[in-house]
Amino acid sequence: MTMTEAQERIIGQRRVRREDPGLLSGENRFSDDLVVPGALHLVLVRSPHAHARIARVDTNTARSMPGVVAVLTGGDLQSEWASPMPCAWPVTPDMKSPAHYPLAIDYVHYAGEGVVAVVARSQTEAVDAAGEVIVEYEELAPVLDLEDAVKDGTLAHEELASNTSFVWALDPNPEAVEAAFRAAKVTVSERYVQQRLIPAAMEPRAMVVVPSPMGGDYTMYSATQIPHVLRVMLALTTGIPETKLRVVAPSVGGGFGSKLDVYAEELLCLALARRLRQPVRFTEERGEGTMATIHGRGQVQYMELAANDDGKVTAIRVKLLADMGAYLQLVTPGVPLLGAFLYHGVYDVGAYSFTCTGLFTNKTPTDAYRGAGRPEATYAIERAMDTLARKLNMDPAEIRRRNFIAADKFPYESVAGLTFDSGSYHENLAKALHNAGYTELRAEQERRRAAGDPRRLGIGVSCYVEMCGLAPSRVLASLNYGAGGWEAATVRILPTSKVQVVTGTAPHGQGHETSWSMIVADKLGISPDDVEVLHSDTAIAPHGMDTYGSRSLSVGGTAVYLATERVIEKAMKIAAHQLEVAEEDLEYVNAAFRVKGSPDQQLPLAAIAFEAFTAHNLPDGVEPNLEASISWDPPNFTFPNGTHIAVVEIDEETGEVRLVRYIAVDDCGNQINPLIVEGQVHGGITQGVAQALYEEALYDASGQLLNASLADYLVPSASEMPSFELDSTVTPSPTNPLGVKGVGEAGTIGSAPAVINAVVDALADLGVMDCEMPATPERVYSLIQQAKTQQ
Amino acid sequence: MRVEVTVNGQERAADVEPRTLLVHFLREHLGLTGTNVGCDTSSCGACTVLLDGESVKSCTVLAAQADGRSVTTIEGLADPDGTLHPLQRAFQENHALQCGYCTPGMVMVSMSILAEHDTLDEATVREGLEGNLCRCTGYHNIVKAVLAAKEEMGASR
Repeated sequence: MTMTEAQERIIGQRRVRREDPGLLSGENRFSDDLVVPGALHLVLVRSPHAHARIARVDTNTARSMPGVVAVLTGGDLQSEWASPMPCAWPVTPDMKSPAHYPLAIDYVHYAGEGVVAVVARSQTEAVDAAGEVIVEYEELAPVLDLEDAVKDGTLAHEELASNTSFVWALDPNPEAVEAAFRAAKVTVSERYVQQRLIPAAMEPRAMVVVPSPMGGDYTMYSATQIPHVLRVMLALTTGIPETKLRVVAPSVGGGFGSKLDVYAEELLCLALARRLRQPVRFTEERGEGTMATIHGRGQVQYMELAANDDGKVTAIRVKLLADMGAYLQLVTPGVPLLGAFLYHGVYDVGAYSFTCTGLFTNKTPTDAYRGAGRPEATYAIERAMDTLARKLNMDPAEIRRRNFIAADKFPYESVAGLTFDSGSYHENLAKALHNAGYTELRAEQERRRAAGDPRRLGIGVSCYVEMCGLAPSRVLASLNYGAGGWEAATVRILPTSKVQVVTGTAPHGQGHETSWSMIVADKLGISPDDVEVLHSDTAIAPHGMDTYGSRSLSVGGTAVYLATERVIEKAMKIAAHQLEVAEEDLEYVNAAFRVKGSPDQQLPLAAIAFEAFTAHNLPDGVEPNLEASISWDPPNFTFPNGTHIAVVEIDEETGEVRLVRYIAVDDCGNQINPLIVEGQVHGGITQGVAQALYEEALYDASGQLLNASLADYLVPSASEMPSFELDSTVTPSPTNPLGVKGVGEAGTIGSAPAVINAVVDALADLGVMDCEMPATPERVYSLIQQAKTQQ
Repeated sequence: MRVEVTVNGQERAADVEPRTLLVHFLREHLGLTGTNVGCDTSSCGACTVLLDGESVKSCTVLAAQADGRSVTTIEGLADPDGTLHPLQRAFQENHALQCGYCTPGMVMVSMSILAEHDTLDEATVREGLEGNLCRCTGYHNIVKAVLAAKEEMGASR
């Protein structure tokens, strides 16, 4: 069927979100808002030490406290587990992974690890009793630094005999890399630190498990990004049949990867609900969440470029130390692999070598955090390109132009083995430079330098490409990932012609209800208001792979689109039968099937929907009801890309960096709803800026997290951020029929290197070549002082 | 102890422990769960409500301190027929919320910002929002929404 010009396009409209009224009026329910009569409250006694042997636990006093129902240690609960906590991504066959249970047994391996579970009738009673639990520890030396960890001088887990979990390499042609470095006229060799970040979604994790009074069924409501994956993992870990488990993610207050996990508290609530036959709930306090919820990043990167003297990069060699933290969470080892294919960025580079060593430390486990591996890769290549430009005395824009993958090379077979779908990198850069007024900015920078202005101006350019749309299942298999990357959708047209869409994605701020309704309405030629989108409840949406990795639109949205197409195909059969014409003679326009060339002869979709319901007059072989379900496995990743430009002012006298302008040009393919796209980019940029300028999980020498509260951990506020100047290019992805790529992580991937490039650019005339993240006033001030001393 | 508070125009009373915070009084005793808790250090502002018309973080106020006073929460902004307040509408029209968790606090602090200034510019709005954290929007559209609401409501003020 063909879409004619007559039908109004819904896709591409800036429609306001249907999600908003409920969230704006306090009507929506987050997990902690749910009222569950009789629910018991779980509070954990957590390890104050990074590494210690548990010498003695005394729960006697705690157990006698008012309202206390149970006080249980890891040993007490060991019989509850059918298997340890899951890691779904064993990246190598010989990967080391310590036994990981919801509560520590004998040893603790990071500060914040759960040691004793206290269950009481109220939260305050549970907190009071937890304070009476006595745990005696024998402290052990902690492993905290990656470059120490790799030497195995001290061990994070004695029983593993090494801190190395795995070594994973992507080294398709080592000889070519060696040869390129031997022949290079210029080389760059840099060490970058990706500091640990605390995801800090605004909603702390919360969950409640409700057992049914009989039958052994359990419903878990959890602030999770992954209700479907979680259900599978709960079944495997507790031994409760999957058929007896229902997982619901109510309104979820942000995730950014931190709720893409299977957490100890989720398993404990379920096991305790089974054991105590009562509902059990847990809501983390922020101060414990910063230690007990995963961290992001945590890498040391050794980045080398080989280049000709015209600036053409000939080879890239990357060695990575990646901090797993104390245990492997759901996809911890895979995070660096998501960057492994992208260290050559948007550049056409002949030779490539990547090696990653995954290391255990006695810190909070890391896992996927917005961008997961790709911000790290982009940072390394974009910082190194600036250094190369400086060495060659070349403008940072020019060095990029000389190395871009040209627009006519797509689909592009990358040296790392990927097929980039589409892009126009020169156009991104040209547009961003134009929108920034790059020439004028450079002139202003020169003017300030000449005048000795203490308000230094810095301009930073960053070009990025990311792989998302996770993921083709066969590719995931080749990377040893424990699941597929498909997505499921059902579209049903009800007897009254209202449309119900069931999606396997699990939105937590991304506006899927709005966007999916637009996709379906656009295809069906109806109003999006007549389309309802159901999600995030395994009883309603039994199949799904959930929301992360900028996958929801390109995989889940495509599944919705294809299911809609199938529904139309079925309706077409019924229409042809009733109009007594061949299907080929029909066209579908404006929600009606009409005979080509004879538009008076038509049947509206609404009539077909009712016919399918009554089933009085269906063609042979056509089942009643108008519904189609699909599971779609994408044939490839998608490759969003763009150019970001940051403009900073640095106060030479205080070292304070002020982000004064931010210009972005992003290509996420076709845009379903530009209003939502822009919102995703705004938030993404801010998280990248936060890494560049403000945030770092800081540990002391004993392994204590020093900034465990939001009073100490600097999530930027409105007063730190400028308004953003956004623009886009559009190269539709050939990977899916919508031509979409995904935009959830793009901003974060592009922004940190743009900002640090700007910081270094502002100080370049002093001879400064690098600045570690975050570029705090203290750090920048001392860089300035050192540079001035050396001059 | 007995606490009597006018909440969203209605007289509400409850017996609470003296240590009960206003936010817990609202959420647990009155079932007004629109006011969210995002931290334990009064840093995030998710729990912001109006106390006698002024924005406060309801985790920094005891329920007892609100005794005899008037509180407005996010549930009290829209008309009884469900028509959104112009500020709520501006948030929707400008896509000033994503996950929506910080939103009640953002809206309530913005009510204060609007009330306290005859005219508004971007810098003033940003400064006014400083005590409220959002992880989704990068603040861009929140700032736009507050300015748009000012424009819309300005004439009638």
